[in-house]
Amino acid sequence: MAISEKDVKHVAWLARLALSDTEVERFAKQLDVILEHAGKIAELDTKDVQPTAHAIPLKNVLREDKVGRCLAPEVALANAPHQEDQAFVVPRIV
Amino acid sequence: MEYESVIGLEIHVELDTESKMFCSCSTRFGEAPNTQTCPVCLGMPGSLPVPNKKAVEYVIRTGLAIFCDISLFSQFHRKNYFYPDMPKNYQISQYDIPLCIDGHVDLEMEDYATTIGVTRIHLEEDTGKLLHIGGAGRIAGADYSQVDFNRAGVPLMEIVSEPDIRTPEEAKTYAQKIRAILVSLGVSDCNMDQGSMRVDANISLRPVGREEFGVKAELKNLNSFRSLQRGLAYEIERQTKALQSGEAIVQETRHWDETKNTTSTLRTKEYAHDYRYFPDPDLVPMEFDPEWIEGLRAELPELPDERRERYMKDFGLPAHDANLLVETKATGDFFEAAVALYSGDAKIMSNWILGDLTYYLNAENVEIDAGEVKPAHLVEMVDLIDDGTISGKIAKEIISEMFKTGKMPKAIVEEKGMTQISGQDEIAKIVDDVIAQNPDAVQEFHDGKERAFGFLVGQAMRLTKGRGNPQLINKLLKEKL
Repeated sequence: MAISEKDVKHVAWLARLALSDTEVERFAKQLDVILEHAGKIAELDTKDVQPTAHAIPLKNVLREDKVGRCLAPEVALANAPHQEDQAFVVPRIV
Repeated sequence: MEYESVIGLEIHVELDTESKMFCSCSTRFGEAPNTQTCPVCLGMPGSLPVPNKKAVEYVIRTGLAIFCDISLFSQFHRKNYFYPDMPKNYQISQYDIPLCIDGHVDLEMEDYATTIGVTRIHLEEDTGKLLHIGGAGRIAGADYSQVDFNRAGVPLMEIVSEPDIRTPEEAKTYAQKIRAILVSLGVSDCNMDQGSMRVDANISLRPVGREEFGVKAELKNLNSFRSLQRGLAYEIERQTKALQSGEAIVQETRHWDETKNTTSTLRTKEYAHDYRYFPDPDLVPMEFDPEWIEGLRAELPELPDERRERYMKDFGLPAHDANLLVETKATGDFFEAAVALYSGDAKIMSNWILGDLTYYLNAENVEIDAGEVKPAHLVEMVDLIDDGTISGKIAKEIISEMFKTGKMPKAIVEEKGMTQISGQDEIAKIVDDVIAQNPDAVQEFHDGKERAFGFLVGQAMRLTKGRGNPQLINKLLKEKL
């Protein structure tokens, strides 16, 4: 198995997910299958292939520096679980 | 053991665009919280970022100004981490193909010159602003925090230097030079008070002569050039002491406290950041036409180095003066406006700007373009010296008065009766008095002590309350002695 339980725990921590021990074991197996599948690409010779920057053949989609309309603050804050003084409120950080 | 410091700077600069990096919200500073947001900069699902062309152009202009290679192909990546000031839980940034690489900045230090390499310049988006409630407003000890996303998504350029900087003075000079270049280019106002220019410093020590780097600390909260210099000086002292007593340096982020004059641990790097950069699927790559880039190069304005050369060549200024005058764009602009109005020697104008005017500006912490004294004030004052109306000593008083009130020198002179006493008879009488009142000094002068003469001139100036014509006093005193 390429993916260890430690790897799963690390990825879960990065995504701020709390996993039970059974879940860690289950996801380790599933991630392994996914990686193995993606690993098939390694069988190809990609020496002369440029890394793909994007899946669709588009480039230089840029906008002019023009100011447009913003949301009204009460709309911007509508989904905030907590707000105060027209600001989003977040729990203590450290 | 002798240690050498190895310093690299990361300079973040908010670009002076009208709209944000990936949406059309205004970038205006100081508006009410959360009035400049939209689904894109709030990170709402399904919203689509589109890069601001002007921001891209500004970064390329900066790269050209500091001799970078411009990437003809570039793209945006997602930098993944969680922090409450970032609504998407990733920052759109650049990773392996930044817009500019491999530049350099030449520094003229007081008695040597050096070159600092620039590793890369990349474009990203700024984060929101946090306001910590409780715990005296500091993050540690706060009860909770408020988030204002007006700043989230403002175009942010990061300029990363090579670890080529060796002293706190070089670090300060480098950062000042970068600011002067960016202001000349018009890509940012680089206002450190408002946070549109922010400097982080990496610093480690190594024994002189060794190649490998030591363990580094990253310094944050360097909110002024003064903090940058003092924070680094403190860090050098701290790390030297630690190394000398055999202590290991821990790789960590440290916070500079301007009032306590120390740095303290903000966080240690227990494990390396795991940002999982990957190309942002919402943003397509950028490819630039070399001709377009050459066009931008041709349009570059005069930069501080060129301006400095011109001041030395056209105005005959010494390198020292020219360096100081181009340190900020505003100082150079002030000098040139003054010289255009003045028919005398540019060096005289430079002396007044770098001497008395700078003294008052620094003492009151006022920028030269925001002060009461305009080029016209200074020129009128120097004209009054040149035509003999006032002495240089009186001029120093006038500068102080102009600085406070913004009144023109002629008005001040009239109001306060400061005109110079140039009457032959009047000065002769004063010189007689001085000779009569200071027999000891007169004797010393006759014994060949040059200093005694200066003392007597000083006494005459004192009797005229600084209004005596110094040349006339000199002349008459010599005759009468």
